[in-house]
Amino acid sequence: MKAPPFAYAAPASIEGALALLAAHEDAKVLAGGQSLMPALNLRLAAPSVLVDINAIPELSEVSITPAGLRLGALVRHSRIGTNSAIAGAVPLLGLAYPHIAHGPVRTRGTIGGSLAHADPSAEWPAVCLASDAVMEVRGPGGGRDVPAEEFSLGIFTTAIEPGELLVAIRFPAWPASRRAGFAEVARRDGDFAMVGAAVTVDLGADGTCTDARIVLFGASSRPVRRREAEARLRGQVPGAALLREAASLAAQGIDPPSDLHASAEYRRRVAPVMVRRALADALSLPEARLAS
Amino acid sequence: MNAPFVGQPVPRAEDVRFLTGRARYVDDIRPEGALHAVIARSPYGHARLLGVNKASIEGLPGIVGVIAADDIAHLPAEIPIRLAPLEGFQRFLQRPLASDRVRFVGEAVALIVATSRHAAEDALEQLEVEYEPLPAVVTYDAAREGAELLFPEAGTNVATRYSASMGDADAAFARADLVIERHMTAHRHTALPLETRGLIAHEEADGILRCWGATKVTQWNRRALAVMLGRPEHSMDLIEVDVGGGFGAKGEFYPEDFLIPFAALRFGAPVKWIEDRREHLLTTNHSREMEATVAIAFARDGTMLGMRAKVSADMGAYVRTNGGVVPAKAAQFLPGPYRMKDVALDVEALLTNKTPVGTLRGPGRYEAHFFRERLIDLAAEELGLDPAEIRRRNLLRPEDMPWSIGHLVPYEPPSAVDSSDVPAAFDAVTDAIGYEELRWEVRKPQPDGRLHGIGLACFVESSGAGPSETARVELREDGGLRVISGVSTQGQGHQTVLSQIAADAFDGGVPPSEIELLNGTASLIEGGFGTYHSRAVVVGGSAIHLAARSLRAKLLRVAAARLQLRAEDLVLAEGHLRREGSVQKLAALAEVRGWMREAGETPDATETFKPDGRTYTCGAHAAHVAVDTETGQVEVLRYIASEDVGRAINPLMVHGQAIGAAVQGIGAVFLDELVYDENGQLLTGSLADYLVATSSCFPNIESITLENSPSTLNPLGAKGAGEGGVVACAAAIANAIADALRPLGVEINHLPLGPDRLLRLIPEKPAP
Ligand SMILES: Cc1cc2nc3c(=O)[nH]c(=O)nc-3n(C[C@H](O)[C@H](O)[C@H](O)COP(=O)(O)OP(=O)(O)OC[C@H]3O[C@@H](n4cnc5c(N)ncnc54)[C@H](O)[C@@H]3O)c2cc1C
Repeated sequence: MKAPPFAYAAPASIEGALALLAAHEDAKVLAGGQSLMPALNLRLAAPSVLVDINAIPELSEVSITPAGLRLGALVRHSRIGTNSAIAGAVPLLGLAYPHIAHGPVRTRGTIGGSLAHADPSAEWPAVCLASDAVMEVRGPGGGRDVPAEEFSLGIFTTAIEPGELLVAIRFPAWPASRRAGFAEVARRDGDFAMVGAAVTVDLGADGTCTDARIVLFGASSRPVRRREAEARLRGQVPGAALLREAASLAAQGIDPPSDLHASAEYRRRVAPVMVRRALADALSLPEARLAS
Repeated sequence: MNAPFVGQPVPRAEDVRFLTGRARYVDDIRPEGALHAVIARSPYGHARLLGVNKASIEGLPGIVGVIAADDIAHLPAEIPIRLAPLEGFQRFLQRPLASDRVRFVGEAVALIVATSRHAAEDALEQLEVEYEPLPAVVTYDAAREGAELLFPEAGTNVATRYSASMGDADAAFARADLVIERHMTAHRHTALPLETRGLIAHEEADGILRCWGATKVTQWNRRALAVMLGRPEHSMDLIEVDVGGGFGAKGEFYPEDFLIPFAALRFGAPVKWIEDRREHLLTTNHSREMEATVAIAFARDGTMLGMRAKVSADMGAYVRTNGGVVPAKAAQFLPGPYRMKDVALDVEALLTNKTPVGTLRGPGRYEAHFFRERLIDLAAEELGLDPAEIRRRNLLRPEDMPWSIGHLVPYEPPSAVDSSDVPAAFDAVTDAIGYEELRWEVRKPQPDGRLHGIGLACFVESSGAGPSETARVELREDGGLRVISGVSTQGQGHQTVLSQIAADAFDGGVPPSEIELLNGTASLIEGGFGTYHSRAVVVGGSAIHLAARSLRAKLLRVAAARLQLRAEDLVLAEGHLRREGSVQKLAALAEVRGWMREAGETPDATETFKPDGRTYTCGAHAAHVAVDTETGQVEVLRYIASEDVGRAINPLMVHGQAIGAAVQGIGAVFLDELVYDENGQLLTGSLADYLVATSSCFPNIESITLENSPSTLNPLGAKGAGEGGVVACAAAIANAIADALRPLGVEINHLPLGPDRLLRLIPEKPAP
């Protein structure tokens, strides 16, 4: 389990990184290395050049403004999970964090790496989708914004084009009336989810749902919004029965993958349970958590 | 006899070294100029091997050479069977390199030696090996039917079949009021030590071929290697350094145990090979894959009258060193710690295109106890009896000892449970978990919406295999003791526990901290058999006890003569000789050592301990679980394991063994699983796919160590203490889950019980 031969460069600027990516067609960006290094050692990847972006200070910047939260692509999982200002700005980040890997992986792994890697069972892509995040992508021709919805394209595939770098993730400001919930099932603590749900619900003063986002992950080749289920909640005062309905709507028509840890059938069956539990937690309706 | 150390929770002496990074594992050995080996392995489950094109990597950077089957064809290179040689097995032995056919994914076809591991792995990608794939045999039925044969010349995939019985099962079944019969399966998994296997071999300037990284049974392995290499045994040594876990799998004689020394001789340089995790999962012995149809005959009052069983073990592609231990021990322990005298067993070992099978902590017992204990619960339900009550009515009692367990193992003499108090071990867990109350509590609706259940299981298992063990105890120049033993160590803490034994046998005159242990390495002592079958303390420790007693007697005899006192009036204390009843020190032991020399006596003693039979450990497990019926996830809320170890030399370490074993055993119910597809491809070749319990998975395990039935077969009274925590886990957890799911009409007959598998058993509620 030794990596195949590769050249290594650690540019100090985004421009430097982009230049290297432009010069070497099969170059790979190295962020936290928590997905890339195993792939190299298993010889599943054999890039000619590794472009290590860890020496680019800009990529680790965090800013919180009235417009929202902006996380540099190189911000580590552990910083997101342990910095109360970050989790305060986008509470879903804090709810998802305990489900991601373990200490050693969290201190190295980055949010940008997780998004660029695009594992369909990863937590951050689902959180980004449920929070209307926008990805800032930079390439030889300049920068562009990609909404989360258009960013994850499939298993290990994103909208990042060859030669491009994900530089930051922007989350819009979180309204005070927004509730969030997160639920997943994994084989062990810290394993990738078999299936999970990230939800946000906006409540009006009278308790009616004014808006909702329901995202399923691990249930298809990328995290997906479940708009019919969201629509079912809108304009209603959510109660246990409504959550059950929305949850089964959310799981309708999904075509989940099978793998060693969970069959498609398992995911189909558990997906609505995750949605229901995430909603129940978001809305503090413990009775909706229980099996009917 | 003064016994200040045995029985005390002496902290592990070796831990400081391990925890501060000062241990020396095989990969820490980095001889100058070492070459690095990697192994080309079959990507096919079953194929004709048409050729290895050595020229395809010749001249690549760093490549020193390639070894394929033709290079070893002149040697008698079949790996012999060490244990459990059942009839017919000789036809199915593995050679270190495949020659004309590969029979499992991962089978070695060539060895590449290079100046670095990287260069070797780069070349491995380029090596051309030609195969012609054949249909793979991966199921019990396909193996039995034999439409495709692994060894066409043998004409069968059935490695062996035998029947064994005691009493008259037919008569028992004829008397039965109730017969419970089920087809059940246990799943393939393996040992997962933190440290994988590894070897370094080098013929040093003195002409001795030394191999570091050996463990478990180094003396036997040296003998096997001598035959295979055609060199005298004394011209080589297998050296044990620190070992990061073995669990039965590490240290057996594998193909690499031949190939690496062979390469070292061929290339005249140290050759190093460290198994990577993928290789570990692909090539280190697997275990536990077994199907059984078991029937138990019951009387109306719950009395177990007799048992009939058919046990089939999937042995993988070859019979390796452990021979038929797994199926034979499963069959032997099917009756369990119950008063059942009429038993009939049919056993078969089947070859499939999977990794060969060997022992894993509690081999065969884990599976057998699962099969039997499930049936007992099913019977309890049919008969309207409480699961604890039906067990109590049948458990072996102290007055039944010794209890004959007949001649159920063809390659062993008849055996008997030496001593045991199973009811006490059983009461210990039912009391601890508050069974009488919990039994009703779990039936009530739970605030968390989950279904709760409680499961019980009892076990008996053997330990302390012979034939014998030899130990030498030397009085060092500084007055401390040096113990030399033939048992080996994979992390169990023998330095501590064997020192306690030696210290007490020496009347506590030398504290354990002044006792050094040399063991493991093949050349240290003759008459060593290694560490397996929980024998290191039971047999090895007894030999040390005898040797230390013998040295003590010799020392006192010399001192008495010198001082003109009676030996009975002398005592050993704090590294000195004293007169009984006096605090005055007569001489330091270092000085007494000089007296021994002067008297023409060597300051050492060697003794061999040959047990008369095996020791039997019994115990019980109780589990309280909560099942999430919507996700199939199970939480183990409480787990209690009792084990009557006869005598706990070091309760702290027995406790650690029990907890660790339970984590391993419970983990295997939910996590560990080696999955093959229909072509014999292993789908779980990394730790992302092969899941193993981590420290956060099962935090609620308690162990109860009992010393109710000291063994009468050794001077320590000790019995095996490393496996009791694992052997009944599948049984207790499965019973608890079945209890929880009883309202849903779910029966649990197959392992493992991960969430997907479990959810399939739980009927889906219609959507609202
Ligand atoms: C034991 C273990 C358990 C884990 N469990 C989980 C889990 O439960 N949930 C979870 O979500 N993840 C889990 N992970 C994955 C972990 O979160 C990784 O950190 C993450 O997937 C990748 O982030 P990274 O910074 O390490 O990226 P790297 O491994 O460095 O890179 C991953 C990929 O993204 C590309 N890339 C990285 N950064 C950029 C960028 N800025 N622009 C363009 N491309 C880029 C790389 O080229 C590479 O292809 C686990 C990992 C391990 C080892």
